[in-house]
Amino acid sequence: MSEVDASLATAYRQEKRRVLATLIRLLGGFDAAEEALHDAFAAAAVAWARDGVPANPYAWLVSAGRFRSLDRWRRRARLAGVLSDLAVLAETDWQPPEPEAIADDELRLIFVCCHPALAEDARICLTLREVGGLTTEEIARAYLTRAPTIAQRIVRAKARIREEALPYEVPGRAELPARLDSVLRVLYLIFNEGYAATDGPDLTRPDLGAEAIRLARLAAGLTDDPEALGLLALMLLHEARRASRIDAAGDLVLLEDQDRTTWDRGLIGEAQGLIGQTLAARRAGPYLLQAAIADLHASAPGMAETDWAEIVGLYDVLARVEPSPVVALNRAAAIGMRDGAAAGLAAVTAAMAGGGLDRYHLAHAARADMLRRLGRTGAAREAYGRALDLARQPAERRFLQARLDRLDRLG
Amino acid sequence: MRYACLIYYHPQTLFGGSPEANAALAECANYDEVLKGSGHFVSGEALELPTSAVTVKMRDGVASTTDGPFMETRDMLGGVIIIEAADLNEAARVAAGHPIARIGSVEVRPLVDFSQPPPKF
Repeated sequence: MSEVDASLATAYRQEKRRVLATLIRLLGGFDAAEEALHDAFAAAAVAWARDGVPANPYAWLVSAGRFRSLDRWRRRARLAGVLSDLAVLAETDWQPPEPEAIADDELRLIFVCCHPALAEDARICLTLREVGGLTTEEIARAYLTRAPTIAQRIVRAKARIREEALPYEVPGRAELPARLDSVLRVLYLIFNEGYAATDGPDLTRPDLGAEAIRLARLAAGLTDDPEALGLLALMLLHEARRASRIDAAGDLVLLEDQDRTTWDRGLIGEAQGLIGQTLAARRAGPYLLQAAIADLHASAPGMAETDWAEIVGLYDVLARVEPSPVVALNRAAAIGMRDGAAAGLAAVTAAMAGGGLDRYHLAHAARADMLRRLGRTGAAREAYGRALDLARQPAERRFLQARLDRLDRLG
Repeated sequence: MRYACLIYYHPQTLFGGSPEANAALAECANYDEVLKGSGHFVSGEALELPTSAVTVKMRDGVASTTDGPFMETRDMLGGVIIIEAADLNEAARVAAGHPIARIGSVEVRPLVDFSQPPPKF
């Protein structure tokens, strides 16, 4: 690969997303901006080989893309006979923005991609493609859908943005909290898929996790909203433990068996700083509460030293703020650690009676675990079997099968 | 990634002489150049009408040929363009820019990646 090719490849990887975000703002639409982005890189392949790599590739690409796009419009306008209408567009001078303004372009893009007027699955696809730079095919793989389904969602979402003229801007102070909720929700869902993939060969998808963290950093930089900081802290705490969750064979490692010396103390420290910043806030929302729980795990030297009483207390608050079957299940597991397996089994049974967990493999696995600890082997085997029937991800299935095999050996 | 853009049209509509169809045909003449300019073009050919086609089959070692297909009553395959695009959405955007997309339709199909296992049925 020649030096210019290498610079182009680097620029494509590093600058593509930011150049696109700026072009969408300057040209006022996704399609025009994507065309311009493509034109800019095509022009760079020629010009950089001839004139050398520019000092600021981002600025060069934005101005090339904008210039090419104006050219295209002029050509089309000449055909349509409306050339004079374009004079205004051509005259607007463009200067490369300051670094802060580039981040603003990405934020504007996040807010339009996560607009509540779009369906939630469309928001996720659009954010991953337009802000995250993932291809349609990569998104389809991550979400176990066919690429044409994703492509159609993206096309429809863009049409919706155009038809409803959704504003390409960071909402004002009054509107920000409501809109921020939707952004945080999308980032949370992206991170979750990266943390525990629904299916596919790998338990985690570091690319989705890294992108969610990058975007959460941008969102957190925008506001002192405790939930934005809480979400970033939550992501960092899980990211810090990622390597220890899987062994060399790609198998699941339970929290109790994880090598805590491999946890990334830098990330944990950063997360704790963020949680500290939010202490003054009166409102403790679901992300911050989950981050506080993750922090108690991250800070404990081992399972026995973990403050399970405090964890149960935080789950109690979380269950009030945002009640859900999964929160009830996690609370039950924590009770099992605090008060023993009998109390844990009662709590899991109660959580499952609350509904919504029948087809959730982890609920059956948690129940099986309590039964196993109580020595009720037959019932435990049945519950692991049910969990295995429902689990799809191969590493999780291997884990459940190993548990079943061990029970069989015990007799 | 590479994608095939399969261009379909209804012959009576495309060659029926309406101003829209004539404009699309005129633009088709240099559309390869547009795709070359944007760096998407890999290769492309337009096809004669199926009236000049034969269809070949081998069954039990015996070859048989028939004329056609004759499908003048519905859209027919009229051309194939291979493009290079970052993903399916980009390929679809490029395909939508083809003049025939306004008169007929363009099917976008990813080319097979032979390093991947074949689909199961």
